[in-house]
Amino acid sequence: MKKSNIIMLIAALLPLGLFLFPLWKITLEAPQYPTPLGMYIHINDFSDANPFDIKNINLMNHYVGMKYIPDAIPEFKIFPIGIILTTILGLIIAFKGNYKWFLFWFVLMIVLCSAGLYDFYLWEHDYGHELDPKAIMKFTNPDGSVMGFQPPLFGSKDILNFKAHSYPRLGALFLGLGIASAFIAFLIGKKKTIKS
Amino acid sequence: MKKILNSSIGFLIIALTFASCNNGDSSKSNSALSSNAAEKVYVAPGQHDEFYAFISGGFSGQLSVYGLPSGRLFKVIPVFSQDAEKAYGYNEETSPMLNTSHGFIPWDDSHHPDISQTNGELDGRYIYINANNTPRIAKIDLTTFETTEIIEIPNSAGNHSSSFVTENTEYVVAGTRFSVPIPQKDMSIKDYKGNFKGALSFLKVNPDNGEMSIKFQILMPGFNYDLSHPGRGKSHGWFFFTTYNTEEANSLLEVNASQNDKDFIAAINWKKIEEYVNNGGGTKMPTNYAHNVYSDETHSATSTMIKEVLTINPIDVPGAVFLLPTPKSPHGCDVDPTGEYIVGNGKLSANLTVHSFTKMQDAIANKKFDGDAYGIPILKFEDVLAGSVEQPGLGPLHTEFDGKGNAYTTFFISSEVVKWKLGTWEVIDRKPTYYSVGHLMIPGGNSAKPFGKYVVAMNKITKDRYLPTGPEVTQSAQLYDISGDKMELLLDFPTIGEPHYAAGCPASLIEGNSKKLYKLAENKHPYAAKSDADTKVVRNGKEVHIQMTMIRSHFSPDNIEGIKVGDKVYFHVTNLEQDYDVPHGIAMIGANTSELLIMPGQTETFIWEPKQVGVWPFYCTDFCSALHQEMQGYIRVSPASSNLELSWSLGE
Repeated sequence: MKKSNIIMLIAALLPLGLFLFPLWKITLEAPQYPTPLGMYIHINDFSDANPFDIKNINLMNHYVGMKYIPDAIPEFKIFPIGIILTTILGLIIAFKGNYKWFLFWFVLMIVLCSAGLYDFYLWEHDYGHELDPKAIMKFTNPDGSVMGFQPPLFGSKDILNFKAHSYPRLGALFLGLGIASAFIAFLIGKKKTIKS
Repeated sequence: MKKILNSSIGFLIIALTFASCNNGDSSKSNSALSSNAAEKVYVAPGQHDEFYAFISGGFSGQLSVYGLPSGRLFKVIPVFSQDAEKAYGYNEETSPMLNTSHGFIPWDDSHHPDISQTNGELDGRYIYINANNTPRIAKIDLTTFETTEIIEIPNSAGNHSSSFVTENTEYVVAGTRFSVPIPQKDMSIKDYKGNFKGALSFLKVNPDNGEMSIKFQILMPGFNYDLSHPGRGKSHGWFFFTTYNTEEANSLLEVNASQNDKDFIAAINWKKIEEYVNNGGGTKMPTNYAHNVYSDETHSATSTMIKEVLTINPIDVPGAVFLLPTPKSPHGCDVDPTGEYIVGNGKLSANLTVHSFTKMQDAIANKKFDGDAYGIPILKFEDVLAGSVEQPGLGPLHTEFDGKGNAYTTFFISSEVVKWKLGTWEVIDRKPTYYSVGHLMIPGGNSAKPFGKYVVAMNKITKDRYLPTGPEVTQSAQLYDISGDKMELLLDFPTIGEPHYAAGCPASLIEGNSKKLYKLAENKHPYAAKSDADTKVVRNGKEVHIQMTMIRSHFSPDNIEGIKVGDKVYFHVTNLEQDYDVPHGIAMIGANTSELLIMPGQTETFIWEPKQVGVWPFYCTDFCSALHQEMQGYIRVSPASSNLELSWSLGE
């Protein structure tokens, strides 16, 4: 097996790390929570950073009318399937394909990940803006518009008394390395082919 | 009579001498205060204290939790007395804890807390504490800081020489201060002598969960058994009890029990008696006592009456019990960390008496006895004496050790703490207390490994030390730094009830194990409602059971109709929170008990018996959230003759 195909093989397998490690983490800091509230986002579920964090995030968020963080959202069914399919595709390419297919897989993954991120953004936007009209507390921005409570897609942001942090975790690293490896496989494969 | 008069005048004169001496000392300590004492007790906001101090509440019946060195009060743990603040002894779940063979007893006099040990060192799992008045021993679980077990002691009265634990927490003891007829009977009090008995109870501790059971009771002569301490190290397997009233007087004891020049320390080889019992020894005696156990799963206590106790006649186990003559009406009975020295503080004696365990063993081996008392061999004073501290002060009561070869003894009459050296018996330092000090405590005091950094003195009188609050002024304790050669008074701090005795340990032993909440999923209370879907109201004749939930910031249900005058309404309320430090309360107008204060994941119950028609509110009593004030509900009460069906709702 060619060196580039071996790298492509690794590239296809790396995203499976998402089934072992969380993809993302959102942390909420406030003075009355000496241990910040947090939740991990996995490929197929949310989980507590500390026991009962999601329950307590929901309890707190209902004051401003935010929805309860669902036990499962449709994406949690689609994402794992997507990863498994792209891995299978990546494996077929690693065994059968040449470097051009590596590039194809790389581009495909970039497109799919961007779509996933955009979907995540939409969910966050909806979660932070579609508030219950009967909410106990209503806040407006200085310009008079209704205040949203959307957590940042990436980075840190102040939301009322909370500081919200949103950063990728180990699962995302596996995914990123997988995608990057496919590109490396493409470069090596291309170099070899052109030389010969 | 004349002799006593003379000696008390003598006391007075010496007391005056000491008092003037104290004045000199206090001005010195004032200058020390202005130097760095404040810094030494300052624990900055948000910082934690280095030690926990568990100070008994004496006649309040409770146990309080303080931080050292700050002297800040963290919690009052209800043990033997009802506590409306926490509903302890009021709610249906904890009322059985206060059940006894005399019925429901909602008060007691709690004296000596002691922390459980492993291999002679504090392990921070449980605290045991005695009730004097209606003899009981309680266990407090240090993961929850809640009383989880209370066992009544039969054949006992004035359970004072308690509740000290042996070096692997094999046993907790309960010694009787008052001897009584065993079994109890109607007899002339004048016939006390020779007929009354003193029961020393040994409670076996289950190593897995700390639960107690009375393994055996030794029926000793009718003396007063005052205090006790376990042997440790070389004397492990022995227990020592001071006695007074070896005269066996039954009237005017202040005189009649102060006649003998020497009373005794009773030395009990409990390992020998345990062996005897395990081989079938002892006599089972019918009795009746309560054993109350609280479960963290059902959040409820059960009370079981036990009908039998195993008694031991000490003369049936030769070589197990000996009497050590000790001057004069000894009170404290303290064993040093090595287990060699047994300090008997004769409260009417000018000197402090220290016995040697090694010498005691030799005397026993050589059968050097000086007669017997009711068949129990008496050893010769000179044969067991390790040494005495000559005229260290007036009215010695209690001794603790710093683990560095020094002992610290309190003197009630001369109001001071005296530091002296084990082995040389020389006085090293003395400091005044304010005033009339009883016990003192060094963290780890009753163990092989004391943490000799601080000593806490617990005073009986406060007088001018604080702002006055009428005839009853605060009780108080004082903290001394004992890390140097000389003691230094650092802090006065107020306490609840009478700060009788205390147990202390490094915070690190307990802090990390502290429970933050009860898991709702593990709640096995028979009336728990673990979600709003489980809530309901059920009528059973005149009894109505409401299974209600609470969460920020509402009750479910919050409107209930169909209750009638004359009903007995049970509120079973479950706190659905699973967040640290978010309890909720509930109180009902006209309820004859107390509010409930319910921890996250817990279920508690109170009874309300409506007597008037109307619509009556209930509300949350613990400020829980921004919408605490909205956390409320109504109950409609109809006439007894009403046919209105029960109904309940939330958000309708």
